[in-house]
Order: sequence, then structure tokens, then C-alpha cells
Amino acid sequence: MKRAKSLAAPAGVKPCDGQAGDCTHCGPVFGERFPLLERTVNGRRLVYLDSAATTQKPGAVIAAEARYYRLHNANVHRGMHTLGVEATDLYEGCRARVGRFLGLPAEQVVVTRGATSALNLVAGGLAPTLKPGDEILITEMEHHANLVPWLELARREGLVVRHIPVTDGGELELARLPELLNGRTRVVALTHVSNVLGTINPVAEIAALARRRGALVVVDAAQSVGHLPLAFDDLDCDFLVFSAHKTYGPMGLGFLAGRAEALERLHPVETGGEMIETVTMESATWAAIPQRFEAGTPNVAAAAAFPAALDTIDEATIERLRQHEISLTAYALERLQAKGGLTIYGPRDAARRGGLVAFHDPMVHPHDMAQLLDSLGVAVRAGHHCAQPLHRRLGVVATSRASFGMYNAHDDIDALIDGIGYARSVFGA
Amino acid sequence: MNGGMDELYREVILDHHRRPRGQQPLPGPADARAEGKNPSCGDELLLELACAGEAITAAHVACHGCAIATASGSILAELVPGRTPEQARALAEAFREAMHSPDGALPDSLDPGDLEVLTGVRKFPARVKCALLPWITLLSALEARDGKAAGLPATTEA
Repeated sequence: MKRAKSLAAPAGVKPCDGQAGDCTHCGPVFGERFPLLERTVNGRRLVYLDSAATTQKPGAVIAAEARYYRLHNANVHRGMHTLGVEATDLYEGCRARVGRFLGLPAEQVVVTRGATSALNLVAGGLAPTLKPGDEILITEMEHHANLVPWLELARREGLVVRHIPVTDGGELELARLPELLNGRTRVVALTHVSNVLGTINPVAEIAALARRRGALVVVDAAQSVGHLPLAFDDLDCDFLVFSAHKTYGPMGLGFLAGRAEALERLHPVETGGEMIETVTMESATWAAIPQRFEAGTPNVAAAAAFPAALDTIDEATIERLRQHEISLTAYALERLQAKGGLTIYGPRDAARRGGLVAFHDPMVHPHDMAQLLDSLGVAVRAGHHCAQPLHRRLGVVATSRASFGMYNAHDDIDALIDGIGYARSVFGA
Repeated sequence: MNGGMDELYREVILDHHRRPRGQQPLPGPADARAEGKNPSCGDELLLELACAGEAITAAHVACHGCAIATASGSILAELVPGRTPEQARALAEAFREAMHSPDGALPDSLDPGDLEVLTGVRKFPARVKCALLPWITLLSALEARDGKAAGLPATTEA
């Protein structure tokens, strides 16, 4: 059952299958560009609701990665031959493209393996600048990627880790900020959008306070780049990280964007080839930023392909994609609420959330929920979503999460709701 | 049900999930106990055994997990009392082996009861660890009783 979808919906044709009034501002959806969505799962149309874990990839991205290996494959920054030059151009072209997307010069974009390695690069890179008793401020809603590196850094360097608690409504308890942010706070690390609650945090507001106190601000933008309109400067932060694979791009690629003077403060964590200037048998000097932080051979194929993902986003326009996700989220919240008996987490207002909804059904364990939904072709994530402290705060060990991308339509949420009904019927609820 | 769900959520399993056996605490102090934990799922289980003479006389299972883990713990609570620790260990090991074998057969000589139904879960690789958790925890409890415990929660992950 293939739905008619195209980048530009014909005039007068509703772009998605939501109820009247729900999709007037959705804009067209883009499923047609994602070849994987043509497959079936368990004999059903695949309803992919796990974009917060990883998005599907447009055909243009898949083609670009294949084209790299068919035509250009070579190591970067060293080949004097044609292929080496082409590979380097593609790799550096990606850096520049990401810079343009975030509103930064290319030199302020470090290519990493993903958001996690970018956060480890920052945490490890700041180690020599910190002393025992210094404080790191994080939040109770962090993904483990923006939590464990700081705990580990604190353990090694004798630092104190504090956190901004989460309210019952799923937002940061900002009233606690003046007390938590003090003269010893060196780093404030927080997520832009919670991968469980969906909450969009007031990053710029927190960053302004933190920077005034002399702390560096690190933003985990894994759930926001490619989903919310975002420019580096608007967030007022020092560092921002994200993963290509959650942004319609390939796996094994991520980015650390930073203010030039903040990047200068980082010591290289990984050393070796590609990141040096001069090496003797006694010592080495570092290459300039950003190469200083890019030891070893990077994922050039992924870098060659990622600009095609950003082109897709730009073509659709981020504003339209955002409106589409708000519309889907509002519809999901409304239908889950109407189902009854479900605990739904995070803010009630879709405009204050990213495109995801986590929920818990006391009658059906999240793993059973995900398994039964999968039998109907509906892919959701079940578990703690790499946020155990937040789940402890919510009083559950696991939740189910539906998350959206540019290819989802209102009928995907209908399929989710039908699936929840089916799961309940299996358990006699 | 479709997509093989009737195979996974068999009526016997759903019944164990709805009314898990072994919920009531042991009458006295436990002679053996162990915790089981699958960190990536969040499934947690506490198993306590009472023994008298040669035999295990009662099992208490407190499981916070999915239907498969809960049903498996319930089947354990039903099957283990009356067996010697050696027989219980043999059953747990046979079940572990069956879950990783193509035919999933359990020897009749072990009197496997509803455990035979649970071997159907092996067709769902992601759920095998759920079914095994109570039984791996049982092995850990028996080791603790023999003074060979590692002191860490048992796990079927990694």
C-alpha cells in the first residue's frame, strides 16, 4: 500500500492523511525520497516511528555514499593523486556545508564519529584545564552520552557534578539555577531537546547566565539539528554537538561545532596521524584546529554523503519540517490522550516539544508493546532510551517512544494507536 | 494473532504473566538468593529459595520485567520446588541450551512442564535474554549457596 507522496504536493491535494484541519500547515511529506520506507515488515507497510534513534536516509544520501566508494575512494589530506584530492575535497566540502548549515565558518567545525565521540572530545579535552573542586552542571534529562563522560571526567579530576532537576511537567527546574550555578561552575552541559520528554530547553537563556559566570556551555543538539530551526549563534553556547545519522545522514559521522576561542581551550584527546604538525622521536606539535581533533582516517564516505541530507532539509525548508513535526506531535498527543490509561511524558504543548512522544501503558510492558507493534509493521523504541536517571525520576524502568521524521504522516500515528489497542487486547486489557 | 505473535505470546505464557506464581515471600529466611538484571532492558529480578534436606522447598520470584521474563520467572517458581539443587541446575542448563538450539527440545526426563512452551521464544532472538534471565539467576543463586558466588547480579546481556 504505497501512499502518494511527493516533494511538491499538487495544488488542492492534502499532503498527509490526517483528519481535516490537522494538516493544513503540515506541508508535503517526503516519504517518497526514502527508499527503505517502501519495504514491508511482517507483511505490513513499514510505519517507522523511531527517528529519534536514527532517521532513515534519502536515496540521494545512499547514492552519494555509494558514489564515493565507486569513484573517489582514497585517504584524505595526504594523497598527491587525483583520488586523494577528490576525497579531500568531498571531506572538506562536508565540513564547510555543515558550517553553512549552522552559520559557522568551516574552521569551527570538527568532524567526529558521532555526537557521543564529540562530547567525549570536549569532556576529555577540557580535563587539563580543570582542577579538583571545579563543578560541572548538567541536567536530569541528559542522554547518557552527555552524562557519563562528565561523571568519568569528575571521577578522574576530582570534580563535582551537579544537575538541574526535572519538574513533574517534564521541564528543567530553572528556579534552582541561581543556586546550582556558582563561581566554581566551569562547564554547563545540557541537551537542546530531550530524547524522552521531547522538552525543548531554553538553551540560550541558560547559556547567557552560565557564560556570564565564566562557565563553558556545551549543547547536545542530537535531537534538534535538522528538526528545529537552529543557528549556532542563537544558542549562545560554546560547543554544540550532533550526529549525522539522526539528521537524515549516514552513520559513523558527527560534528563538534564551537566558538574559536573555546576550541582553542581543548587539548587533543586522540593523537596520532593527521592531527600533527611536526613529530620527532621526542615530541610532537599539533596541527591547527580543526584537524588537531581529527586523528586517524575519518569516515570520508559518510562525509561525502552528508551534504545530500542537508540539501534535502534545506529544500524542504527547516521551518516547514518543524511545522510538520509539531502537527504530528500534536496529533499523537491528542490520540494517545484519548486512548486513556496511558502515562504520557513531557510538556502537553506540541510547540514546546521536539517530534517525539514517550508513553507508558501499565498493562503492557514497553518491550511487549514494541514487539506487538512490530508484528503490525510499526517500529517504536522501548527501553530507557539511554536516560536511566530520567526514567528513575519518572518512576519507571522503561517507556515506549514514538518519534517522527519528515517522512511520517498522520496515518502513521493512526497505525500506532491501532497497534496499542491490539497490544492491550493480547494482554486482555 | 499474526507476525508470529501467537507463537511468542502463547496462552500458557499469558496466563503465567497474568497470575505469576512464586509471588509470596518465603516463610523464613532464604537459603539461597540472587539478583538478576538486564541493564539495557531494565528488567530486574530477585530470586529466593528455601531448602530442606535434599530438596528446594519453595521459590520466591519478584520480577520487574516484560511478559516473557515474568512468565519465565513464574514457570521457574512452579517447576523448581521439589527438585534437588542439582536437578534444578540441570533443568536451567538444559533450558539455556534449548534456547540456543534449532529444535529447542528439552528432554522429557527433566519433566520440563510449561518450560517447553517457553522454548518457542527462541524464534525471537531479541527476547531470548528475557526468557533466560530467571534461570541464569537461579544458577547464580545455586552458586551462591555453594559459596561460589561472584556477588554481582546475574545477567543475560553480553
